[in-house]
Amino acid sequence: MMEIRTPKTHKAKRVLEKRAPKLVENGKKTLILHGTKTSATLSSVLMELYRLKKGGAIKYSRRNENIRPFESGGETSLEFFSQKTDCSIFAYGSHTKKRPDNLVLGRMYDHHVYDLIEVGIDNFKSLLSFSYDKKIAPHEGSKPFICFTGEGFENVPELKQLKEVLTDLFRGEVVDNLNLTGLDRAYICSAISPTKVFLTHCAIKLKKSGSIVPRIELVEVGPSMDLVIRRNRLPNEGLRKEAMKSSKDKPKKKVKNVDQDDVLGKRGRIFIPEQEVGKTPLPDKSKGVKRERREGKLKKKKNKEEGSASKKHKESE
Amino acid sequence: DMDMETDQIYQIDVGNLLAFNPNHRFSSAPSSREELVKECVTEGTKLVQAIADTLFNLPSTETNDGPLVQLPPPTTKLPREKHLPRPKPPTKWEEFALKKGIQKRKKDKIVYDETTDKFKRRHGYDRVNDDNDIPIIEAKASDEPGEDPFAKRLDDKKKRVGKQEKNRLENLKTAAKAGALPSHVQLAVTGLPISGTKTQPKKIGKEALGDVAGLAATSTASGGKFDKKLPGEKPPKKQGKHHKYLPVVPRYGWVDEEKEQTNKVLGKLLSKHSHEILNVGKAINMYNDKKEKKKSGRSDKLKAKKDITKKKPYANKAN
Repeated sequence: MMEIRTPKTHKAKRVLEKRAPKLVENGKKTLILHGTKTSATLSSVLMELYRLKKGGAIKYSRRNENIRPFESGGETSLEFFSQKTDCSIFAYGSHTKKRPDNLVLGRMYDHHVYDLIEVGIDNFKSLLSFSYDKKIAPHEGSKPFICFTGEGFENVPELKQLKEVLTDLFRGEVVDNLNLTGLDRAYICSAISPTKVFLTHCAIKLKKSGSIVPRIELVEVGPSMDLVIRRNRLPNEGLRKEAMKSSKDKPKKKVKNVDQDDVLGKRGRIFIPEQEVGKTPLPDKSKGVKRERREGKLKKKKNKEEGSASKKHKESE
Repeated sequence: DMDMETDQIYQIDVGNLLAFNPNHRFSSAPSSREELVKECVTEGTKLVQAIADTLFNLPSTETNDGPLVQLPPPTTKLPREKHLPRPKPPTKWEEFALKKGIQKRKKDKIVYDETTDKFKRRHGYDRVNDDNDIPIIEAKASDEPGEDPFAKRLDDKKKRVGKQEKNRLENLKTAAKAGALPSHVQLAVTGLPISGTKTQPKKIGKEALGDVAGLAATSTASGGKFDKKLPGEKPPKKQGKHHKYLPVVPRYGWVDEEKEQTNKVLGKLLSKHSHEILNVGKAINMYNDKKEKKKSGRSDKLKAKKDITKKKPYANKAN
């Protein structure tokens, strides 16, 4: 016995339509959660990551005991959360003796795990420890610059995957138009060794230069940390091919009030609002606004300045 | 791609504000932490500068908030978060229409009504050809005498609507099979079908559950009075006789309810129509029954009969 269920409110309908698969997708949301045990550094990493991605991230505060991303059965909770919150990237933090300060960054395709990469966090510096001029502090939700330096990102497969995951994580929404005054943050990732990446977050200062292009100056605002590659899982080829598929055609926008004809050619329709003759605004015919009155007043002023008591002065009174 | 220094070419993706420098080599023995950080930030600055060079040279439009540029589409391919929307399979009607060559025709919202010589709307209040507006239905030769044609019309409409709903459900099921269910529709399974039957299992109502819980409570020694209640469970309904006790002392200014009660009964008994209140037939029957019972004298089968012939044991033991 099946039943058709449709949303009873417009808001619910809009939410469902937002979450439906589309040609052009929304920005990926991030789910931040942690396991049974977290260290001080790890909890501040997760908190600061949430702050950097405010507006496009959801942070869970309870501990999750049954999440083990690299084990076959340990992903069900993650997939369930991803379904409920509509998040396609997750950052799972845990702290064990074997893997201290562990962060697993993963992506989902159709709410199933697509790929995983596990990093350890070293030399973490919280954003509270950086001192800078508060005026250049980046605004929440601004589109960042992302920079990768180092040959490791091209040669080492794990670093290549990490580069892709970090791009996905920091990218945010894909926009058509960008306001150049709103550019105020940059993420710098440098492959300092084949297994280590230094990540830092900087604010942008635009300085005057000779041309229209300003001179860029970066100021570290934090957080900054070293990411040490541990384990990773690449997506299988079939799934990767399917996820990378993109349709070439853009959704055709309906052009209204224009029609094409072979006989008459291209014709457009213009709609003019109804002309209410009885309701046209009439001129202001009140006494004080009349031109003669205004000019008379001006002349009165002039005569007063000259100091002569003329006939007109008496008349205008 | 931008040439910065002699053999350094950066990979720039303006659509993502992304830049990659694949040629920089970090020394395997770093001098100090600060030196390393400084080096990274300097390299980063160069990359951001490279992106900004392209960005600020794009054609921009001036708005109130600042210069707005049209970003090119991103070049780095990243995996999608959800599958591409799948094409919807044609519905039963669409297949039929395709086969027969039936074209869709756009219907007007306002239609001319010949019975009233006016333009009326097609759907909604005061519509054209409203089924409910027909005052007289002429009888045809094929009509049965006892049948109500208006009720028959309503019935037919119900059947048509039911059939349409069934067809809609079937179409949605085929769409769901192909993975192309519309985003705002969900198909839910309401009850498990009992094998062999088509009936829906009956849902137990709130009151029935409460009654059953009350029954279970009576099995306890104190009649369920001190049982722990679940949050939201209502207190048990009062068992046994429901007495309404009137106040012993009548309230000041209020009617003496006890007096009223006795007066009412008396009034009924002593009234002119008191014979009508008494059910004479029932009274006679009751009297006769009582009389017969007394006559037969304890004809209750369940009561053990006393045998006077039997001797009492230990009767002479006292002696």
